Amino acid sequence: MNLFQHLSDANTQWVLAGTLLLGMASGVLGSFAYLKKQSLIGDAMAHAALPGICIAFLLYGQKSLFWFFAGAAFSGLLAAYFIQAIVKNSRIKEDASIALVLSVFFGIGIVLLTYINQNGSGNQSGLNNYIFGQAASLVGNDVKIIAIVAVILLAVTALFFKEFKLLTFDPQFAEGIGLPVRFFNGLLMVLIVSAVMIGLQAVGVILMAAMLITPALSARYWTERMDRMVVIAGGIGALSGVVGTIFSTASEGLPTGPLIILAATLFFLFSMVFAPRRGLLVNIVKQMKMRRQTARENIMLSMFDLMEEEMRKPAARHATGFGEEQIRGLRPVSKRLFARVMKQLIKENLVSSDGNRYALTEQGKEQAYQIALKNRLMEVYKMYEMKFSHEEVEKQEDIFALPEPLLQELTRYLQQLGRMPVRLSKTGPGENRRNRNNIIGQRGADSRYEL
Amino acid sequence: MSYEGWILLTGALVGITCGIVGCFLILRKMAMLADAISHTVLLGIVGAFLVSHSMAGVPMFIGAIIVGLLTAFFVQLLDSLRVQSDAAIGVVFTSLFALGVILLSLFASRVHLDVDHALMGEIAFVPWDTLEIFGKEMGPKAVWMLGFVLLADLAVILLFYKELKITSFDPQMAAALGIPVLLIHYLLMGMLSITTVASFDSVGAILVVAMLIVPGAAAYLLTDRLSVMLVLSAAIGALSAIIGYYLAVWFNVSISGMMAAAAGGIFAAVFIFSPKHGLIAKWAANRKISRYS
Repeated sequence: MNLFQHLSDANTQWVLAGTLLLGMASGVLGSFAYLKKQSLIGDAMAHAALPGICIAFLLYGQKSLFWFFAGAAFSGLLAAYFIQAIVKNSRIKEDASIALVLSVFFGIGIVLLTYINQNGSGNQSGLNNYIFGQAASLVGNDVKIIAIVAVILLAVTALFFKEFKLLTFDPQFAEGIGLPVRFFNGLLMVLIVSAVMIGLQAVGVILMAAMLITPALSARYWTERMDRMVVIAGGIGALSGVVGTIFSTASEGLPTGPLIILAATLFFLFSMVFAPRRGLLVNIVKQMKMRRQTARENIMLSMFDLMEEEMRKPAARHATGFGEEQIRGLRPVSKRLFARVMKQLIKENLVSSDGNRYALTEQGKEQAYQIALKNRLMEVYKMYEMKFSHEEVEKQEDIFALPEPLLQELTRYLQQLGRMPVRLSKTGPGENRRNRNNIIGQRGADSRYEL
Repeated sequence: MSYEGWILLTGALVGITCGIVGCFLILRKMAMLADAISHTVLLGIVGAFLVSHSMAGVPMFIGAIIVGLLTAFFVQLLDSLRVQSDAAIGVVFTSLFALGVILLSLFASRVHLDVDHALMGEIAFVPWDTLEIFGKEMGPKAVWMLGFVLLADLAVILLFYKELKITSFDPQMAAALGIPVLLIHYLLMGMLSITTVASFDSVGAILVVAMLIVPGAAAYLLTDRLSVMLVLSAAIGALSAIIGYYLAVWFNVSISGMMAAAAGGIFAAVFIFSPKHGLIAKWAANRKISRYS
């Protein structure tokens, strides 16, 4: 059978609808689990569901999705309770507690499974599907239950979205305004457990955790808003479910769960690399720009320092330009970056060059002066940080935002320390600078005469 | 040695080896990373088979170490990209495990390792897979493999005891003293990988987590000294293997599953009755305090 025939098959359509809704519900609920930093709780509950399913089978005597849900939900919640109790009543940390409960419950599940396989009465073949999931084994009735539960989960989440959001971000505040926090926490837990339960048959106990984690994590890359994140996570979950199921039915025998998870992982990798604001690619570009900007400032500063040094010598012996080694020797800039930045500076007419020596133009001197002033004011500010600690200056660019009296004080310190930058340009300060750092300009001009 | 004796020896070796490695995982809050590595080792084993076309020990170890270290590396990488660490673990292990299962199903006809076996192990088959040297039977392969791994683990722990201890309890201080914290981290991950793959055949991918974490957690509640904790953890691991075996034979169920369940039982007992950190001791101490006040 080819793919198209598969898709027109009624049973396949049922299965597709089931995994789509399942992916959507688990993506949505996984967002809450992720933001509450409880991603691996889902893993523990999925593993812990196995003994519950087996006990339900032993008690009921045959496969029944409803009783499986009940058993799985019971043992899942019991595991969640044990995890909390161990953390609360001993010095064992949460991660060890999760791993401990998860593996012991799973061990008990395996014991029961082998017990059923050896002593069971006939129809137990479906039980093994719970380990890896086999969506193809879903029949119409199972899908109906999955679909109904998924729709209920989505509806309840939509209904209490505001409360869940508040609970996730600020539980103290939620409690403060009188929200029944314990109730909603419990409700959210029940919803997550239910999502895990309906996923077990399609995805399997081992990989169900990924249905909660991966879509939510992917969605987080695309937005900073909770409502959008939930929608995107639901969409990615649904899409992974559909893609995985199609591949699984098209290739005979490949288990559905791992394929769905791989599809989700591909979506995650795509999001991680290409997301517009938090993605790797954007960040690499941003970092490169930043590095270039820093290199540019460093080169300007170094050239300014060198020029300043020259100004202190008798006028006749002023050097007019500096070599690359000289400039890079003051503040380390890689050779490649130096060449690229210099090219740009020459293009902007801030630097003139005769091939191997570089000199600041008049325009360049003015800009270099501004950068040096900012840089040195920042230095002094840092030096007397305790004194100015009430003013928060994070970046060099913000230094001129300080109130005028403070700037004057900083300038005074600069002069006392002999660090006041020397004006290199021949044009006077008054002619081209009539803004709020006028005063500094004038002082800069004064200091020229002091030298 | 008898059939039963070999199984008991194998189980005890698994318990001891996992027990001593597990202590460090608990102290370093890396239990979930152990869970992750125990899953992804499956990919390493399948990959090793596809490359070397044999189920021999050495390629399997190499595959497992590579994938184990890769898992640790990917988790670290996502962590440094500001992904929450538990979510990072969740994404990495599920995707690598899914890949392993798919490869296994694709080439299932050629690998004599089936999925259930990989998950649950089959310690009952261990005594029949023997090592022969010069036509002489030297006992089961698994015992030799586990013995070798145990010796390797012990050697690493004895050689780097001080480093392991200080990086586990106070990584900042260790870094300040010039101990290569990251190197020790990856050393431990390597140990974890070979331990997992050696135990894998007997107890399977998931139950090895139980053998890694549960004895260590129980020992952690019994003592405040690392050296004592290591010994206790090994003893509890061996004990749960032996109890598990007899219970499993009694009920005619999965031996590995019963070993995990027995470990869980021992932990529960320690959790309640431990003289210093147990529930009853705490309850008694609380009563004493409230009586005085």
